[in-house]
Amino acid sequence: MTIWIAILVTSVGCYTAKVLGLSVPATVLDRPLVRRFAMLAPVALLAALTAVQTLGSGRHLVLDARAVGLAAAAIMLLFRAPFLVVVTVAVGVTAGLRLLGWR
Amino acid sequence: MTDRETTSAATTATRAVLRDSFAVGIAVGLSGVAFGSTATAAGLTTMQACALSLFTFTGASQFALVAAISGGGSPLLGAAGAILLGGRNSLYGLRLAPMLDLPAGRRLAAAHWVIDETTAVTQAQPDRRSARLGFTATGACLFLLWNTTTLLGALGTAALGDPSRFGLDAAGPAVFLALVAPRLAEGRAQRWTAGLAVLIALAGTPLLPPGVPILLAALAVAPSLAVRA
Repeated sequence: MTIWIAILVTSVGCYTAKVLGLSVPATVLDRPLVRRFAMLAPVALLAALTAVQTLGSGRHLVLDARAVGLAAAAIMLLFRAPFLVVVTVAVGVTAGLRLLGWR
Repeated sequence: MTDRETTSAATTATRAVLRDSFAVGIAVGLSGVAFGSTATAAGLTTMQACALSLFTFTGASQFALVAAISGGGSPLLGAAGAILLGGRNSLYGLRLAPMLDLPAGRRLAAAHWVIDETTAVTQAQPDRRSARLGFTATGACLFLLWNTTTLLGALGTAALGDPSRFGLDAAGPAVFLALVAPRLAEGRAQRWTAGLAVLIALAGTPLLPPGVPILLAALAVAPSLAVRA
């Protein structure tokens, strides 16, 4: 049930953010500090999510097949591979290592 | 120009806009498979995965909520992080509003499609007509594909059994990495913020309940904001 509530809250919150940008007069939101926060906050959250999802296992930090998969994804990004290729390589490398018996 | 030349120039422009729109729409739209499977692997039902794609419809936020749930954190903390991430769509709306110049009613409908990809395509257009066309074509293509592939990914994973055997737990972080990578190239403030956020999140992981370190990592923007102010 809490998952459904979270889905509802997320959907309403994200839609509100979209409507605000499109409807509020530019002078209200278009300030250097607001602009800078809205530019940098996603960078912080995405970087944190990448790290925790790659190295976290519950409340522990571990180095497992995911880290190698992500390293492969990073290399693909350096070569400007398309989004779907990057994700597929990460999944493929991780699955391959597990198939070889590496956690 | 004669009438015929004007018409053919308009057709060529329309084709160019549609080509850009569908290229982006198809490439990213297909990634809904990754979302559907990650969501199901995290313990969401197929219905829940599809509801997120239909009603939240902004990839990073959807993945963030699912990540929080799969990590065993409170779904509501996850929602807070997801909304914070969705805040960048406000900035996109700001930039798109004068380009699209929509009446109030249409704005409410169009808002749902204000995301990274539609903004990128719309901003690249030279005039209002192309901007509206690019926005609508990219939005429609993405919305249709993203929702269809979410359903397929969710159903597929439900049939697979243990998703980590197939490396699907690496899909989420790979998506986040792919989303953040281009921003790191934008400037030093972005790189400092990302580095600090990683440190905060990893240091917090053993100490705090799942989900909290991610939200705490938002504080990493503070030094960059202070330097500017």
